[in-house]
Amino acid sequence: MKTLKGTVAGLALSLGLATAAQAELSGTLKIFSDMSNPAPRAVMEGMAAEFDAMHPNLTVELTVIDREAYKTQIRNFLSANPPDVANWYAANRMRPYVSAGLFEDISDLWAEPEIADALASTKGAMTLDGKQWGVPYTYYQWGVYYREDIYNELGLEEPEDWEIFKANCQKILDSGRKCFTIGTKFLWTAGGWFDYLNMRTNGYDFHMALTNGEVAWTDDRVKQTFANWRELIDMGAFIDNHQSYSWQEALPFMVKGEAAAYLMGNFAVAPLREAGLGTDQLDFYQFPTINPDVELAEDAPTDTFHIPSGAQNKEAAREFLRFVVSADNQTKINGGAALGQLPVNSKSSVDDDEMLNQGFEMLSANSPGGIAQFFDRDAPAEMASVAMEGFQEFMVFPDNLDDILNRLEKTRERVY
Amino acid sequence: MNLAPETRSSASASGSRDSWLRRNRQTLAPWLFLAPGVIFFLFYVIFPIVQSFNLSFYRWDGLGDPQFVGMENYRELMDDRAFEVSLWNNLKWLLLYLLAIPAGLFIALFLNQTVTGIRLYKSLFFFPFVISQVVVGLVFSWFYDPTFGLLNQVLGWVGLGPLNVLGDPTLVTYGIIAAGLWPQTAYCMILYLTGLNAVDPEQVEAARLDGAKGAKMLWYVIIPQLRPATFVAFVVTIIGALRSFDLISIMTNGGPFGSSRVLSFYMFEKALSEYGFRMGYGAAIAVVLFLIMLCFIAYFLWSMYQDDKGGR
Repeated sequence: MKTLKGTVAGLALSLGLATAAQAELSGTLKIFSDMSNPAPRAVMEGMAAEFDAMHPNLTVELTVIDREAYKTQIRNFLSANPPDVANWYAANRMRPYVSAGLFEDISDLWAEPEIADALASTKGAMTLDGKQWGVPYTYYQWGVYYREDIYNELGLEEPEDWEIFKANCQKILDSGRKCFTIGTKFLWTAGGWFDYLNMRTNGYDFHMALTNGEVAWTDDRVKQTFANWRELIDMGAFIDNHQSYSWQEALPFMVKGEAAAYLMGNFAVAPLREAGLGTDQLDFYQFPTINPDVELAEDAPTDTFHIPSGAQNKEAAREFLRFVVSADNQTKINGGAALGQLPVNSKSSVDDDEMLNQGFEMLSANSPGGIAQFFDRDAPAEMASVAMEGFQEFMVFPDNLDDILNRLEKTRERVY
Repeated sequence: MNLAPETRSSASASGSRDSWLRRNRQTLAPWLFLAPGVIFFLFYVIFPIVQSFNLSFYRWDGLGDPQFVGMENYRELMDDRAFEVSLWNNLKWLLLYLLAIPAGLFIALFLNQTVTGIRLYKSLFFFPFVISQVVVGLVFSWFYDPTFGLLNQVLGWVGLGPLNVLGDPTLVTYGIIAAGLWPQTAYCMILYLTGLNAVDPEQVEAARLDGAKGAKMLWYVIIPQLRPATFVAFVVTIIGALRSFDLISIMTNGGPFGSSRVLSFYMFEKALSEYGFRMGYGAAIAVVLFLIMLCFIAYFLWSMYQDDKGGR
């Protein structure tokens, strides 16, 4: 009797749940994604399949578009044939679509306690005009990846301030190597150096004001950033001919030990390991303090999901966004076997990886200044392209600085 | 008796209808045959040109509402240094690309012999034109690579310093043009090889009897007969120089710091690339490029018309 009752109750319950789910989500959910590299692609396909299985009446249609092509296609499909969910990036990179009314305001989702609490750290990056326009699904730290064995050989420590940083560099140079490898052919890598030098020299708030166009590029504080940069350039800290290499083409210099370190995002770790660098050869440190009066701030670009305002199935799309940021899913997709990056949900666990653990530690405990996205996401596209071109020129011809800054200032006056 | 005028009138009535078509058949038929082509040309060529002109007076990011700014985009072009650099680079391309014509002629003369295996050599010389520009760009990038490239190895042997061709703002454009000349020379060569087939052997024989040989033979007898080939080579080379894009995109992406841009690449950057989407400004650049091209196209058409009038 008892068991029968239980079964009936259980049946009713499960039926009720099933009907509730059916009533909630049906039709199709169209997802456009730029996660086209093999590993992210597998993650995206896995998420779509799982979400599909969770909702029997819902068909998930996933379209994966090449990451570079996506950047141009998104403009067309958002206005002409919007999917229900689309990938994009945080901060100013989403402004064109927010201003044009093509992204859905999902502040309601951010008001839900599960999301508000668990994603608090990235709320700022998703907020424009006081509203939230998407949810993050992954981020990764930037920092200095270095050859541990070379540092050991020369008796160097991970530097914590600018003087040691430069002293280390001098020793590396004396040993016949370069301190840093970098490939500036596609410009954005130089943006990373500027981000760090400027945030360490003038602080996060100044950096944000600059990328928001509120400070002149000819300002003395900006010049101080470049003066610090110039110290490294004049030492010969960077590899020669970096303007001819992409970031991948600059990797061999570090693998072969001709350069000792690389200021990069965590995505550089995988190719460095594949090229043969073992755990005792590769390590990570936070970019050191330059001006002790400013708090440490970090670059940690965040990749996101958005609902286009023209989406057909916004209910299902919201549910998918909830699913994407849930603690379990975040743990899974950011694990070493999948994306190998940091989960945005504070209740998720970080994959047991040397670099990721250090990065997570750094971002959660040692970046009181704040988390920036990246130069080309914090600054509007047009400003970013002109500025990064200027950074590259500065790294080759530091004497052109005044000319470069005047040019940037002219662009700033037009863009904002 | 009565019947005759009636038939005639009805015949003339239907005849007049008939004869309108009949009378105008000669003029109508070509237009009918041309119609599909003309419609497509208007829709896909003329209309977009007009649209680009129109767009160049607006500020538009491709998403919101275009905003009319009059000549503002052109005024900005006037003191845009990147535009100036692109314009100069286009000029360099125009002039240096023409080297493909004499080079092609020279190779064609060299290959125009009957030796065993000449077809193989001809194919090998023609090969660069068949492979994709992207591959040409990659091959030359490796060749120029400042650290591992063949160029610096060779320069090292003769005791010359290492050269970073694609990283040096003064050299980069010439480096890319050199890469572009490789396939373009092959193209001109093939044009001249076909032209050489049509050279009249009797004239050559006659000239030889008159004692012409070597350079004189070439200049006074062969080259005049190659005029049609030269004209075609000139046209394709000029157009090729003005629309140079893929090599720049592959080899330098317009860099270092924008010093290898040309107009077409700059237009792409401003209007369509990752950091661009200034449609109006891009359109203004495209209009300038179009006007430059128009000068050449007008000259080509005029010269073809002159040739036609000359009864060739």
